[in-house]
Amino acid sequence: MIYLLQQALNALQLGSIYALIALGYTMVYGILSMINFAHGDFFMVGAFLCFIVATFMQLPFLPALLISMAGVALLGVIVERVAYKPLRQAPRVSAIITALGVGIFLENFTLALSPYPKHVPTIIENTTISLGGLTMSSLQTIIIVLSIVMMTVLHFIVQHTKVGMAMRAISWDKNVAPLMGVPVNHIISITFALGSGLGGVAGMLYSMAYPVIDPYMGIIVGWKAFISAVVGGIGNIRGAMLGGYILGSVEVLVAAFLPSTYRDFVAFSLLLVLLIFRPYGIFGKPRTQKV
Amino acid sequence: MTQLRAERVTHYFGGLCAVSDFNLELERGALMGIIGPNGAGKTTVFNIITGVYRATEGSIYFDGDEIIGKTPDRIVAMGISRTFQNIRLFNELSVLDNIRIAHYAGSRYNPFEALLRIGRYKAEERRIREHSYELLALFNMDVLASTTARNLPYGQQRRLEIVRALATGPSLLLLDEPAAGMNPREVDQLTDFIRWIRRTFNLTIILIEHQMRLAMAVCERLMVLDFGAVIAEGPPKVIQTHPLVLEAYLGEKVPV
Repeated sequence: MIYLLQQALNALQLGSIYALIALGYTMVYGILSMINFAHGDFFMVGAFLCFIVATFMQLPFLPALLISMAGVALLGVIVERVAYKPLRQAPRVSAIITALGVGIFLENFTLALSPYPKHVPTIIENTTISLGGLTMSSLQTIIIVLSIVMMTVLHFIVQHTKVGMAMRAISWDKNVAPLMGVPVNHIISITFALGSGLGGVAGMLYSMAYPVIDPYMGIIVGWKAFISAVVGGIGNIRGAMLGGYILGSVEVLVAAFLPSTYRDFVAFSLLLVLLIFRPYGIFGKPRTQKV
Repeated sequence: MTQLRAERVTHYFGGLCAVSDFNLELERGALMGIIGPNGAGKTTVFNIITGVYRATEGSIYFDGDEIIGKTPDRIVAMGISRTFQNIRLFNELSVLDNIRIAHYAGSRYNPFEALLRIGRYKAEERRIREHSYELLALFNMDVLASTTARNLPYGQQRRLEIVRALATGPSLLLLDEPAAGMNPREVDQLTDFIRWIRRTFNLTIILIEHQMRLAMAVCERLMVLDFGAVIAEGPPKVIQTHPLVLEAYLGEKVPV
């Protein structure tokens, strides 16, 4: 029983990180109908920013968090302006190829700066609390609580502010929204800032939990988060969160009860099956086009 | 006083001239109709005025300011709003939210105030919500506030589009075929309705109509487009018997 609870905590930790990244995919898809395949690399940049501020500036947790978040948010806004905006009227495939290109650029740019894996110093003293056999590290607590806080804030923005309402309007009809006074470019920038910022936070939290980082770390984690977003129903914010936690739980459970090499194999098989029965994801709705 | 002035507006789609040499002087408070057969360029004129297309040539002045080259959201903020030929509501959102979005340009608070729930955020959101309800109530739609727009009956969807356009606070309202899909009785009611919103909201209105019936009944002045060019202009009585208009609508007279 204790063992199961312990694994549930681990699942929450991993799932939180997937959920944070998945939100970036789903928000961009919701508003531009494109998959930002560079998002996994935004996550990697977040981890490297954390490494830089922790190693060279010896900043404590909170400033490091703000810098990772703001840095990656800015990166997202710049990438959108420079690389994606000119392709907004182009076929979606072109924009997706551009996103892959941006991802490869970011990986190799980082590689050029630091060819070897880096070790991120501890910026939070890692104490463990024991509750009747259940151990919980302070790091784990921070990851879970912070992720949930971030997601709550995002939910509030999307549901209860004019910016969030504008996002939903654009996601429904990007041609009509500007005619109702919504500044589309501005809202797209905010969307990229929010989505990328969450990816940056995820990168930082991930590098605190698994402190050896390298320029390619964003690829597989990015894929998994993308799949989380699809499982939840891409374009749907609640779906991305749920998808992240589902994937995290499946991975942790498989690793707990089966040989750990089975982890990705079983996790992805389950997701394939889920998609066969719910091709639009858990919260996704098919968009019927009137003929 | 002239509110909207278009000078030699011309627009090409590739090699096709969709609007050619369009000129217009519109007085504040006027109710004008643009009529013409299908594909005459009526909606293109609306799209140019609202910034969806950037006219190839020419200028448009609204209250003295050039609007060609401005983005649609800036033009909305200046006071021009519109509806659509085929209904373009935010289908997945509630009736209330459709109206709240239209307040975007007029709401003043920044993201920090929203996040911390301080300053102008609460007051502004309350003002927008109250104003949305007032507007809906004026159109007897307040009971439908939480209905998803997609689930409204057709006539109500048309009405909601007009309310949404009004929520942006326009002084010039562009109605694109408001009578589309309505039966003759509904069209008669629409005539009074359009006069009523002009009076109530102190508007200048331009109306596109495909069918003559409504345009003749409600407009003080009509402009007839055919193949992108203005072929006639004047009061409905004159237009009704104008030879070029009859030709455009009924085809050329065959010499006997």
